[in-house]
Amino acid sequence: MSSEDTARQVRSSAFVVSARKRKLQKISKMAGESTLLLIASFVAVVVLFIFFFVARDAVPFFQIRGFSEFFTSTNWYPADDPPGFGSLAIIYGSLMVTVGSALIAIPMGITAAICLSDVLPFSVRQYVKPIIEMLAAIPSVAFGFFALVILAPLLQNFGGPILMWTWWLIVSPFLLLAIIVVSELLTANIASEKKRKILHATSLGVFGLIALALLFFVGRKLQGIEILTGTNALNVSIILSFMALPTIVSVSEDALQAVGRELREGSYALGATRAETIVKTILPAASSGILAAVILGIMRSLGETMVVWMASGNSSHIPDPWFNYLESVRTLTATIAGDMGEADQVTGSARFHVLFAMGLLLLVISFVSNFISERIIVRQRKVLSGQ
Amino acid sequence: MIKQWGKALSVLAIISLVTAGRAEAKSGIVIDGSTTVGPLAKSFAAYFDKKYKVPVTVSESGSGNGAKSLINKSCDIASMSRSMKPQELTAAKSNGVNPVSSIVALDGLAIVVHPSNPVRSLTKAQLADIYTAKITNWSKVGGPNAQIVVIQRESNSGTQESFKELVVGKETPVTRSAETQASNGAVKNRVSLTRGAIGFIGLGFTDSSVKKVAVNNVMPSSATVKNGSYPLSRPLFFVTNGQPTGLIKQFVDFPKTSDGKLIIKELGFVGKY
Repeated sequence: MSSEDTARQVRSSAFVVSARKRKLQKISKMAGESTLLLIASFVAVVVLFIFFFVARDAVPFFQIRGFSEFFTSTNWYPADDPPGFGSLAIIYGSLMVTVGSALIAIPMGITAAICLSDVLPFSVRQYVKPIIEMLAAIPSVAFGFFALVILAPLLQNFGGPILMWTWWLIVSPFLLLAIIVVSELLTANIASEKKRKILHATSLGVFGLIALALLFFVGRKLQGIEILTGTNALNVSIILSFMALPTIVSVSEDALQAVGRELREGSYALGATRAETIVKTILPAASSGILAAVILGIMRSLGETMVVWMASGNSSHIPDPWFNYLESVRTLTATIAGDMGEADQVTGSARFHVLFAMGLLLLVISFVSNFISERIIVRQRKVLSGQ
Repeated sequence: MIKQWGKALSVLAIISLVTAGRAEAKSGIVIDGSTTVGPLAKSFAAYFDKKYKVPVTVSESGSGNGAKSLINKSCDIASMSRSMKPQELTAAKSNGVNPVSSIVALDGLAIVVHPSNPVRSLTKAQLADIYTAKITNWSKVGGPNAQIVVIQRESNSGTQESFKELVVGKETPVTRSAETQASNGAVKNRVSLTRGAIGFIGLGFTDSSVKKVAVNNVMPSSATVKNGSYPLSRPLFFVTNGQPTGLIKQFVDFPKTSDGKLIIKELGFVGKY
């Protein structure tokens, strides 16, 4: 066969789709699709496998020791004889630092996201957002080191003044805003201009004095507090909130951006101010995305190990009183990390399996909260789309 | 032809060199275990590396982990600040490991407090009461009116087990509000930064950042540990699988040599030999 013949054949087959060619195409299509499916399902299978293997090693613990001790006792003495595996205090510690970090990170994160998406000009936002996202790139051991070496001694030595200044800084802007709004509302309906002005001024003065007194007395009370140990739930909550912040800010800012220009301009066109637009239009429209951001951030706090291991103090007791964030706590993650080394199968079975029971508990908590948030997001979407 | 032979020969030479290097690397020593013995093991390792060109790897993960590594045959020497527990011995037997302990040095468990704390001496009973939360204020033991921050070690620590055995009693649990730290260094760090804190660390780890407290009126020091008058002292071990031979024997017996004794003394431990 000459080379010309071959060339002609190739040319013709490029246009005429033969049965063989079609078959080949079909096969390659199927191969390509199944490869993609395989890779995608691999991820899901990994999750299932983790669940399965953690559960497989967690079940023996409940077979040996039963459920009630694990969930109701605070006696955590895994190495003692007789051992105690009561994890209530540890579960409580995990919840405590998670709630603490959420209380700090959620308001801060959402405020920052609103500021980024709707207040700051684009040129500033371009630089600020990457800087906030940089926080996510800092390794957790560096955060832990900071908590242990800098924040803990600071809290011990200047705990009272720090609490006082934090109280002042956080509360005074809100009080100021509240006073102005309340005075405005109280005097809005008074007809005489002169009378209104006088009343307005007196109400500003009276509420201002009350606010100042509140700030001063609570501040003084806080200043008197002496923090016994710096490695406590407060320290960990602060650090964890900083670790959760980049997730919350970044994801909720994306959600706010996704609301779109039409809704914003529609709101302005109806005569709404920027504040009204943000509070009444943009936030409700973006709420499902913001909720997803919050859940992601909380999961980060719940699952974080290194920081709590280094800076929580690791004492397995429920603080007294129960909301006392100035006492040391121990969390599930830190306990798994700290006790795994010792607890091999050879040195006592329950001691090994109890850590898997804790891991399973963490997994279940995150699955449940993910599930709930998923449901809320779906419902929110339905409401927003008017169904 | 001759050239090819030369090539083959050089390849052979390279192979033999590589395998020789591998054989030598395999003769290194792997040590795992106590953070208390860690500094000693590391200094010994540096000495062996320099003098005999023997690579020695030292990990510090707690006595319990050392025992576990030895049982799993993943280390040559387990450094331990307590003796093997009965369960560990049975586990070793069932895994075909025969643990043989030899004493490296003696160590005092120094009770340390913040440098500003005026308390100079505590009795063993007072210590036990502090660690079981029967005493929670420094004023009860002659100090200022301040709450005591109790600091203990993680459950895989040999130091923790020694302390429990020597002070609190094996069956008595330590108070739940005790903070837990992962190493001697971490305990020292926390105590040096916390005014109301009390902790226990190996004598070799003490320095001016923390204040040592006398126990039953005896200050911890090399002399009081060696003559046995300090109540909280314990031996430190190197545990091997079977009677040590060759390099490992040399390493285990190193504390008996004059260089070994010098290193032990320099690091603040107390020589047994």
